[in-house]
Amino acid sequence: MSVEIKTNTAETLRHTYGNLQRRFGDKPASRYQEASYDIEATTNFHYRPLWDPQRQLNDPTRTAIRMTDWHAVTDPRQYFYGAYVQSRARMQETTEHAYGFCEKRGLMNRLPEALQHKILRCLVPLRHAEMGANMNNSSIAGDCIAGTMTQLHIYQAMDRLGIGQYLSRIGLLLGEGGGAALDQAKAYWMDDPIWQGLRRYVEDSLVIKDWFELTLAQNLLLDGLTYPLMYQHLDRQLGEEGAGNLSMLTEFMRDWYAESTRWVDAMLKVVLAESDENRAQVQAWVDVWEPRAYEALLQLAEVATGRDALDEVRTALAARLHKSGLRSPGVAL
Amino acid sequence: MTMQKKKLGLKDKYRYLTRDMAWEPSYQKKADIFPHEDFEGIKITDWDKWEDPFRLTMDAYWKYQAEKEKKLYAIFDAFAQNNGHQNISDARYVNALKLFLTGVSPLEYGAFQGYSRAGRQFSGAGARVACQMQAIDELRHVQTQIHAMSHYNKHFNGLHDFAHMHDRVWFLSVPKSFFDDARSAGPFEFLTAISFSFEYVLTNLLFVPFMSGAAYNGDMATVTFGFSAQSDEARHMTLGLEVIKFMLEQHEDNVPIIQRWIDKWFWRGYRLLSLVGMMMDYMLPNKVMSWAEAWEVYYEQNGGALFKDLERYGIRPPKYQEQANIGKQHITHQIWATFYQYSHATNFHTWIPSEDEQQWLAEKYPDTFDKYYRPRFDHWQEQHANGQRFYNSILPQLCQVCQVPALFTEPDDPTQLSHRQIVHEGERYHFCSDGCCDIFQNEPEKYIQAWLPVHQIYQGNCGGGDVQTVVEKYYHLKNGQDNLEYVGSPEYLRWLAWKKLATPQAPAGTGDRRDAA
Repeated sequence: MSVEIKTNTAETLRHTYGNLQRRFGDKPASRYQEASYDIEATTNFHYRPLWDPQRQLNDPTRTAIRMTDWHAVTDPRQYFYGAYVQSRARMQETTEHAYGFCEKRGLMNRLPEALQHKILRCLVPLRHAEMGANMNNSSIAGDCIAGTMTQLHIYQAMDRLGIGQYLSRIGLLLGEGGGAALDQAKAYWMDDPIWQGLRRYVEDSLVIKDWFELTLAQNLLLDGLTYPLMYQHLDRQLGEEGAGNLSMLTEFMRDWYAESTRWVDAMLKVVLAESDENRAQVQAWVDVWEPRAYEALLQLAEVATGRDALDEVRTALAARLHKSGLRSPGVAL
Repeated sequence: MTMQKKKLGLKDKYRYLTRDMAWEPSYQKKADIFPHEDFEGIKITDWDKWEDPFRLTMDAYWKYQAEKEKKLYAIFDAFAQNNGHQNISDARYVNALKLFLTGVSPLEYGAFQGYSRAGRQFSGAGARVACQMQAIDELRHVQTQIHAMSHYNKHFNGLHDFAHMHDRVWFLSVPKSFFDDARSAGPFEFLTAISFSFEYVLTNLLFVPFMSGAAYNGDMATVTFGFSAQSDEARHMTLGLEVIKFMLEQHEDNVPIIQRWIDKWFWRGYRLLSLVGMMMDYMLPNKVMSWAEAWEVYYEQNGGALFKDLERYGIRPPKYQEQANIGKQHITHQIWATFYQYSHATNFHTWIPSEDEQQWLAEKYPDTFDKYYRPRFDHWQEQHANGQRFYNSILPQLCQVCQVPALFTEPDDPTQLSHRQIVHEGERYHFCSDGCCDIFQNEPEKYIQAWLPVHQIYQGNCGGGDVQTVVEKYYHLKNGQDNLEYVGSPEYLRWLAWKKLATPQAPAGTGDRRDAA
């Protein structure tokens, strides 16, 4: 037997908004669909931007990639704002617990000095690269076209700020506390030879004008090497050297990276499938930025993980590119 | 025992968690990384002086916002499940939502885009982070508004293609051109326009009246959104004040530039708000307060105190604010009368206010309503009763800047239409006021580009030569369903059926067809 509550039913005139009816037919739409499709202005702009007078405000020509409709790129995670913050809130709850635990027990600042030093020198300066990633993704969110694309990048921008903040908090847990460790880490970022390759790559990325080139250089190629290198290989090595607790503090980054590769790969797949021109253009950018990303991390890897680890993640990235039908210029498969 | 660790103060800690992650570049020139920071002439000597308007790290942001979203969507679900749309005061109320979803929600998306860009353009990391947080908040607002109104869209007309309409429908070029104007400016003007003028000075006259209207008219979905967005709005307001004070404190050369922006964006905002004022005075079945009252409280009193506070920087109150203070007695009546005549080309219905409502208007506007505006409504009412519901088939002259039809009167004479014109490079341009004319003269090369809907229709760029074709083909409005007079409309009849009310004898010639043209 079932319980049946009688409700006052009202017949509907339509199931969803007109733009979604045209795309998918008049059927109930998901919240992701309502929140993402066709909400961006496409025509009848009033004034050309003073900062880019050759183009319209929302202009598809801010990249060399051509798509009939950028809404073809969707988020496999189906994140609209509400789904996004709720997912991150769950992740941060676990993370907060880990940071609280480490702080309460002094698990970081009780590590042997040499290990603390290695974490400070080889991991914490990455917070600056996260700031670069944050800026790049905010820039892409402002430049790219269509709600499905823009929101992917603003979520990515805010994620990178959050990750930079978690890395900073690791710095705050090291040594005697206060900001001294972070000041030291920043000095490494500015002057230590092992970081100069990466700093140069990040600064170079900050002047890329084509936003799709930028999302490749940042979210596919640089992250595709850096995240596995730092959060898999370096993490494992530090664990073996006695800093296993650090893994609790970087679990967020591993989970996040596993998640973000899903949309990056999904985006790539759709863009490459659109046309041979797109494929050639993307390959040309990969040919430029993949070797540079590798070079950027080389000296850091020598000290932090050993060069083999970097070569290993480069091969893994090559496999990922290959799966999308792209070639890695550095690794023949 | 762990050793006693040094503790950072909140301010220092937040600095380490935000702007300290930035660095002085050396592989690329700073000017190449931040190419848009200088062209407006604003001089920043020391970004370190930026005071973070709020100290929110991402982990806390995710946590608080997720809690708010969870509660909000629980209400949306309950609202839909219980057919909450049947509990509103009257179906006429939904016309305010139509104005909101087509006129305001797309602006939230524009704000998201603008702040994403500003969140990259400034070389000061503190300001960038504050802008980015506002960017993602604005994305939240457009998405939650679409979701809040999704249920209404299933039961009412005119909400069905809001973004498509925003790009095309004649009166929606008023809000659209406002935001296009801000977004096409440099980052400092964008923040002055949106963070300061829009969010700080005028938000109580824009966002709040819609939300209060929802509260007074039984619209649980929208008012719950309003409450949920309140703490976001509070953050946005503090950013607005910080950015103005920061720019003013950085260099005295900034003062005249900012004064010009304040003058411009005050007037631009005031003209945009005439649509909101109309909504408050004419579209809400249960009124919250009159436009004149709202203007007195939120602009004359609160704004007055603000500009007094800014006096020490050499800032004076916005130019032409006296005209706006006079206009509060007139503009809503004038603009509703205009929409009444042109509602064959709008996505919402219009109507003559009931006798009770006219009485309310007479009490709220003792010096103007009976004298200047009631007679016109009486005349139209009589025409309507005789089967001649009035629609104006001649398209109006639009102001080149604010894009409102030239319908407002002279500040010193409510019987004279206000009209200004100037010739620029051999072309004649028309304006509704001295304020809009000034704005044009400061940047003629910008405003000559304006996409004026009436010109575009007459030039044949909107899908057809006659208004009905434009309305149906270009605007995606179904004639006789989404537009025209409220009384007798399908929506009106549906509401009566829901409420099990008898259908009053509607005057002939209403609803399903248009008499004029």
